[in-house]
Formats: sequence, structure tokens, C-alpha cells
Amino acid sequence: MDLNLTRNEQEFRNEFRAWLDTNVPAEWTGGGSTGSEDNDAYIRYLHDWQRKLYEGGWAGISWPKEYGGRGATLMEQSIFQAELARANAPQLIGTIGLSLVGPTIIAMGTEEQKSGYLSKILSGEEIWCQGFSEPNAGSDLAAVGTKAARDGDDFIVNGQKIWTSFAQMADWCLLLVRTDSDAPKHKGITCLLTDMHSEGISVRPLRQMSGDSGFNEVFFSNVRVPAAQILGEVNKGWTTGIAALMNERANLGAGIQVVFKRNLEALIERSRTIERNGRPASEDPLVRQKLAQAYLELEILRLNTDRSLTSLSKTGIPGPEGSTQKLYWSEMNQRTQQAAQEILGPYGQLKDFDNGMWEYAYLRSRGNTIEAGTSEIQRNIIAERVLGLPKSY
Amino acid sequence: MDFDLSKPQKLLKDSARDFLARECKPERVRELMKTDTAHDDKLWQAISDQGWTGLNIPEEHGGLGLGLVELAVVAEEMGRACLPGAFLSTLTAAALVERAGRAKSRAKYLAPIAAGQLKATVAFLEEGASWEVDEIKLKATREGGNFQISGRKLFVPDAGVADLLICVARDGDGLALLPVERDAEGLSVKPMPSMDGTRKLYEVAFEGVTVAEADALGADGDARGALRGALEVGCLALCSEMVGGMQWVLDTTVEYAKTRQQFGRAIGSFQAVQHQCADMLLMTESARSATYYAAWALTEGDPSASVAASIAKAYCSDAYREVGNRGIQVHGGIGFTWEHHLQLYYKRSKSSETLFGDATFHRERIARLVVDGGPL
Repeated sequence: MDLNLTRNEQEFRNEFRAWLDTNVPAEWTGGGSTGSEDNDAYIRYLHDWQRKLYEGGWAGISWPKEYGGRGATLMEQSIFQAELARANAPQLIGTIGLSLVGPTIIAMGTEEQKSGYLSKILSGEEIWCQGFSEPNAGSDLAAVGTKAARDGDDFIVNGQKIWTSFAQMADWCLLLVRTDSDAPKHKGITCLLTDMHSEGISVRPLRQMSGDSGFNEVFFSNVRVPAAQILGEVNKGWTTGIAALMNERANLGAGIQVVFKRNLEALIERSRTIERNGRPASEDPLVRQKLAQAYLELEILRLNTDRSLTSLSKTGIPGPEGSTQKLYWSEMNQRTQQAAQEILGPYGQLKDFDNGMWEYAYLRSRGNTIEAGTSEIQRNIIAERVLGLPKSY
Repeated sequence: MDFDLSKPQKLLKDSARDFLARECKPERVRELMKTDTAHDDKLWQAISDQGWTGLNIPEEHGGLGLGLVELAVVAEEMGRACLPGAFLSTLTAAALVERAGRAKSRAKYLAPIAAGQLKATVAFLEEGASWEVDEIKLKATREGGNFQISGRKLFVPDAGVADLLICVARDGDGLALLPVERDAEGLSVKPMPSMDGTRKLYEVAFEGVTVAEADALGADGDARGALRGALEVGCLALCSEMVGGMQWVLDTTVEYAKTRQQFGRAIGSFQAVQHQCADMLLMTESARSATYYAAWALTEGDPSASVAASIAKAYCSDAYREVGNRGIQVHGGIGFTWEHHLQLYYKRSKSSETLFGDATFHRERIARLVVDGGPL
């Protein structure tokens, strides 16, 4: 056990930190909403940011060198995410491509697919979204009903996806479709690399309760997708989809904890200036208990993440343990945002107190236990795949 | 970064588990619970033959000189077996002697402790039952080259078998750490029967007990710092025990959920039961992360060591109780019986929750460190 960074890890961190110091745009103040009126300008801004990372050699660092990555270790990826968050850098517009689609194409794609897509994912030239969830296939993802019927060398796709992040700006979609309605539900699914500019696709943004328009509904009406666009094999798309989701759950922890840390530091700072019973809130015993609880839970998130990274580094494959991480951080953040609201009182709800960050964080946290697999689904996965309990459905 | 046990640490853990599965079966734990002291000479000797009584004691004093991660893995297995007796008390006292003792005291006490010939405990709590050092009221008065102690200590673990009690007393504005041997004149020990029969508590009365000033620990150094350091080591060992206890409850509960049938199927196939088990796993693993980190940080003298120890104790205190609650709930009626071993762990979780300070106490310590920016 040695919890210090190795020399290589330290060098990696220092190099990236130095790069960020000179390259994070000075005018960038954090946050930003894709629902703002200057949406196009914002998207261009994010494109430019990823381009910059790419040119600096910092895009897709986890990818093997032969595909343009750095072959970074998991620990380096974790450091990378943490440093991005620490520098309060703009979000990666190509994050679905970088962390989810790219690794899946590398693992399962044909040579044509690899040469066709990977470098453009890295450069941010092409943005990807992930077409998994549907109105009737949420937690029960294998119930996907969007149909793809074979027609010569093409599939013709009809149906609807929902909660699709980045669809409004995406060029491509990692799309799960049903290609065999007679087979058992897990065995009739195919994964198609679908051009979002195809005729018959329409995108409708969904506004979240926090005010963001991060995700969308996507409608497919007689959309033609060449059969060469299958990722993996026909009717084996469930395997492809699960591989992609494991990458998603494994990748989330490292960056998010730094965002949470900054948020908690702001709360501690605030508690010194806001009053409770005629003295700074930070001197109130109940407030101190809440702050300490938030602090210790966040520290444990960091430690759990580091421990699972060590184990992942040794086994190589993201496993169901990612579910414990997802469950932990999502529920933790809801408790912490509630604590923040209790400490700040009515100020916490104000849109112009601290730029509305507490109002936003509280509402945004409400979605945490639903997005990327609900807490209930995570507990099912832990029970069945980690603890070995019998399947419940 | 490598957040995993090393090979030797894993071997040590496995061998501790095997040893305790042989030497400390639940039936033996139950027999010892019924005794006045929960102590067994043969078991103690066997533990010391493993080298565990001297695990962290420097080699020059006959110990193994290992670090606190090694302590954590051994104590984890002790908690899994719900080992009764004076290991934790003796360990904490030894940590205090090592930190606060003059060369003479270290030489006098550490080697016998390592050899399993001396059991010890720290007498800290008083009527107020507070782990806050500033709330120690018992006075040690100086008189003719001696300290004189008159008063009571409460909730002193294992005082009934300890050959040495280290009394934490007030010496003017400072602290005196006074080693009192079992046969000292004016010392009397009375049981305080309590919920957890595996760790006996005592009232210790001092009636004009004298300790030579030259024998006092910490008199020539930072008694407060030494005491804090020793309590952090005790805290870490206790947290490790708690993690092991949680693991036992989790394993036992999952096993039960797989086999117990209701409505024609295993109850572990119901999500209401599955989700309890999933939460138990999450709490157990989180407690383990916090505890291993504290072990590492304390060994390395990392600046975060004190806060890490409090994080571990605050979390484990809440988590062990909660894992016990869920475990019993999943078991249903059988889990509430005297017959089922769950009760041993449930009671241990409650006594462990308060020992060395409960979650509220440690959250306040965390607040002092991270909200106020320290010191403690």
C-alpha cells in the first residue's frame, strides 16, 4: 500500500497541470448552459477547447498510442480528470466519444470503423451521442423498441430515443436498435453507428428542472443506416452496450469528486460569513456536524475511487464495482446539497446569491440518482453481480 | 499509487483469519462473554505466540516493529471473529508508553507486553463520559517527589485483567500519564456490567494511590500529543475491528438471503432484501477505505493523519450500527434471538460506537481541523 503518487504519476500530473495553467481560456468562468441563446457560439467555444486539448496531446489519453492516445494508465486518467476539474476547465464536448464510444470501437470495431471515427473523436471534429434509453426502455434498457429492418445493404430505423445528452450538437450516435423482435429481448439488439445528419432524424431538447437543456428526445423516421455501420455483431448489441456503460460508470468518479470538493469548500467559506443564532454559522454545533459529515463522506468518495482504481488497474476490465461508486456519489451529493440548503436557509434558494450556485446544485443533484442508471438499478447490479444474490427479474 | 494490501499484508490477513477461525470460534466467544473478564490465558498466549501483542512494538523491545496497516489487517480479522479480551486495551496502552514513556518506562513495559506477559489499559473516562482531554477532572497532586491520585475513572475497558493501568490525570494546567500497577495500594476495580460482554468495562477507584514523579509518562515531553497519538492508534485498531465485524454481518446475511426460502423462492431474490444487502456492502467497503487510509496516513505521519482517523471512526461508528440493523432485519425473527451469533456483533457495534468517541465527537474534531483549520 502506497498512496503517494509514483514519480511517473507526479510527472504526468505536473505536466498536465502546467499545460492547463497556460491553456485554460482566461475568460472562462466555469459553468455555462447549453440552453442559452448563444448556443451556437457556446458549442463552437467547446469545440475549440477540445481542439486545443487534442493539439496539446491531451485528448483520449486512455486510448492506445496506435490510435492516437497516450496509453495512459487508469491512475493517470484519474489524475487527468481531477486536474481538469481542479483547473475548472470547460467541459469536454466530445466526452461521450472519448470515454464511451472510442474505447468501444477500439475493442469491437472493424479496421474501417477505427480509421473512420477515432481520430475525429479525438480532435473533436465529430461529436457523439449515445442512443440507448427510450420512453419505454429506461432502467429496463434491454426493452429497446426502436426497430431496424434490413433492406438490402441498409437498415431502416424507426422509433424514439430519450435523455440523449449532446444529441443537439452530435454528428454521430451510438444507437441501440431492435433487429430481431422474436428473439429473447437481450438477443435481438444491434448497435449501429448512426449519422445524426441522416434524413429522418429530428432532435427536440428537453429542459431539466434545473433549467439546463442538457438532453434531448431523438426521433427516427425511416432513417437509412448502412449495414457496414454495425458495431460488433448483429443481434449482439447488448454486449456492446454493456461494455460501453461499464466505461461510463468507471470513468465518472475521478472528475466529479473534485467538483464536489470545490463546492464543499465554497460552503465552508460561506458558513463563516452567514449568521446562525447571532454568530457565524461555522461556529454553530449543528452546522459543524453537517459540514464535517459532508467532508468525511466526500473524503471517502475519494478513497473508494482510488481503491477501485487500484483494483481496476490490476484486473483491467471495468466491472460491476462501478455501481457502488455511482450509488455512493449520487446519494452523497443529494445529502450534501440538502445540508447546504439547511445551512444557508432561504439564501440557498436565491438565484442571485453566489450566482445561484446553491439553488442550481440542489436541483441538479436531484437528477444524480436517476441519470446513468438509477440507484435502484445500481443496487440490483450490486446484489446480483457483486454479492451473487439470485436475479429478481 | 497503490491502494491495495501488499503480498505480505495479505498473507498476514489470511493467516490471522485462519488462526482465529480455529482458536476463537463463536462458541468460545460466548463462553468468554459469561466470564467476569472475557479473558482467556490460553487464547492470550496463543495471540502473543503469533506476535500480535508486539505487532507494532519496536524490535529493540521485542516486538515485530510492523506498521499500522499490518495492525489494521490483523485487527480486522479479530473483529470478524469478535475476539474478546484485552488486545485493544493493551495495544492502546503500549502505544501510549511508546510515545510518552522515558527510556526506562519503555524498557520496563514494552518487552513484557510484546511477550504477552503484561496486559494493560488506559483509564481515561470519568463521570462526564467525554473523550475530550480538556474535560479530564481527576487531579494528580505532587507531593514529595510523588504524584498522589484520588478519585474515580469509569468505563475503563479490561481493567479487571490489566496488570498495568495508565491513569490520565490533570497536573495543574497539564496532563499526567501515570502508570499504576495492579497491586498498587489504594487501587480498586469494580465491574460495570454492560451490553457487550466481549469487552468488559470497570470502575477504577484511586484512593491515595502514589506514583513516583520519575515514573510518570510524558512528564518530560508532550503528554497531550502522545495521548492523542496513542488514542488515534487505538481508534484505528477499533475501526479495523469494526470493518471486520461488518464483513462478518454482511457475509452471514448474504448467505442467509441465498438460502432462506419464502413464497417459494430465496428471499435474496427480492429487491427489498437485495437493496439492504447492497447498502451493507457499500457501507462495509467505505468503512474499509477510510480505515486503510487512516492506517497508511498514521504510519507515514501524513499531515492528514488526525483527520483521517476521525473520518474513519465517525464513519465506522454509524456504519457498523447500521450494517447490524440491516443484517438483523434481513434475518427476521431468528436474527433477534439469543441463539443467533448476530447478537454478539450487534452488541459489539454499540460498544465500539462510543469507545474512543462516537460519530458526533469525531465530526466535531473534523470540524476543528477542516472548518477552523486546526489545531484539535
